[in-house]
Amino acid sequence: MLIDVDLESQCGERPIRVGQARCYFTAPDLFEPDDIGDGYVIGDGTVPPGQEGQARLAVANCPERAITIDEDDDDEEGD
Amino acid sequence: MGHHPPVDDWTSDFDHTDDVWAADPYPIWEELRTKCPVAHTERYGGAWLPTRYEDVAAIAYDTDRFTSRSVIVSEFRPPMDFAPAGIAPPISSDPPFHQDARRMLLPIFSPQAVAKLEPSTRAYCEELIDGLRGHEIVDAAEGYAQHIPVRVIANMLGLPESDADVFRGFVNHVLEGVALPLEQRAEGMLSLFGYLQGQIQDHIDHPRDDLITFLLESELHGEKVDPFHVARTIGLLLIAGIDTTWSAIGASLWHLAKTPSDRERLLAEPELLPVAMEEMLRAYAPVTMARLVREDMEWNGCPMKAEEWVLLPFPSANRDPEAFEHADEVIIDRAENRHAAFGLGIHRCAGSHLARMELRVALEVWLDAFPVFELANPAAVRWSGGQVRGPRTLPVRVRR
Repeated sequence: MLIDVDLESQCGERPIRVGQARCYFTAPDLFEPDDIGDGYVIGDGTVPPGQEGQARLAVANCPERAITIDEDDDDEEGD
Repeated sequence: MGHHPPVDDWTSDFDHTDDVWAADPYPIWEELRTKCPVAHTERYGGAWLPTRYEDVAAIAYDTDRFTSRSVIVSEFRPPMDFAPAGIAPPISSDPPFHQDARRMLLPIFSPQAVAKLEPSTRAYCEELIDGLRGHEIVDAAEGYAQHIPVRVIANMLGLPESDADVFRGFVNHVLEGVALPLEQRAEGMLSLFGYLQGQIQDHIDHPRDDLITFLLESELHGEKVDPFHVARTIGLLLIAGIDTTWSAIGASLWHLAKTPSDRERLLAEPELLPVAMEEMLRAYAPVTMARLVREDMEWNGCPMKAEEWVLLPFPSANRDPEAFEHADEVIIDRAENRHAAFGLGIHRCAGSHLARMELRVALEVWLDAFPVFELANPAAVRWSGGQVRGPRTLPVRVRR
């Protein structure tokens, strides 16, 4: 499973993070805030086994609908 | 509020300052969502009211066809020559100016900066509680909720706490005086800016460690920020930072006062509070924003005219059954909650980390002091009308 955040989703002419803070609140192992409170994916977005639930929760709680997950990406490099 | 005639038909003559709306807007929105999802009124020089989540979101994201030149619906439309900053930057600024004016504020409201304000906020909440102890019936809105954000924002901005009544008067005028005749409305706005300009001059003469001085020393596009821009931003922070949070704290206490099962669950599982808060923010979102239509156009079949208002009722979007399961029920541990209480898109609330901290601390301190409380007189609860909804009178009976 892989997380993808679309920073330009519906947010005007220039990419801007809107900073709703719901991702790092609902999925603190997968997202973290930067110094202005915008959420960033930790690492390369690969969801470690066992944290799929957190990833789905982050998607379901993002008001900007900016987060998608690729359920089929099985992390081809292996565990 | 009573400055306008009462509403008879919510589809063609709605008014968000109507007493019926103030008392309980949810049935109005529910009916409109199915019968007439984008309502219209001739009041305020023409205004539209989308009520479905998807429509509210689409307009919030469409900064091309809807301008933020003003976000509070009244008879007053600010002159075009206030652009690009507008009357209260950055909320009144359109892209591309908006982004830099907003960016300048964000570090002040970051989760890290807000965390530093938590101990003083907690101490202040405790001080307010001490003043309520010994009474059987207390007003959770007037005696508690309303004071918290006023004190926090006054300290942040660097305005004297002793002026708290003055700020509240201004905020009340700006947000609730929208149905006043134009002249009276303009008078109140001028007195707010007169007050702020005096405070800003004092900060120019005597710089100190606060937000006004920080903004006066900030740069925007390679130049020091114009003091007039600072005055208008401070006006925004004062207005946006007070009624909204006060309303969220009050509405949450109102819910817990009338819902013993949720109150008891929070007492038993205090770690649930952050999740519960989001649900109360969804169900009782205080803030409705607004836009102005830029040019004549047809939007989703609606003939919108330039300079007509469009209300963005995030509280209605949050109750849309197309967007939320059991939208009208408060489910205190709702795990999937894509609520829009803080708005959507580039203008979403810049102070949400601060608001969440104040709300959490206010509820923690209250529940710790008064674990058992109930509405003393449900009929005496009075809600504000207009674009910020929250209880303004909230008598509760507390038991030790």
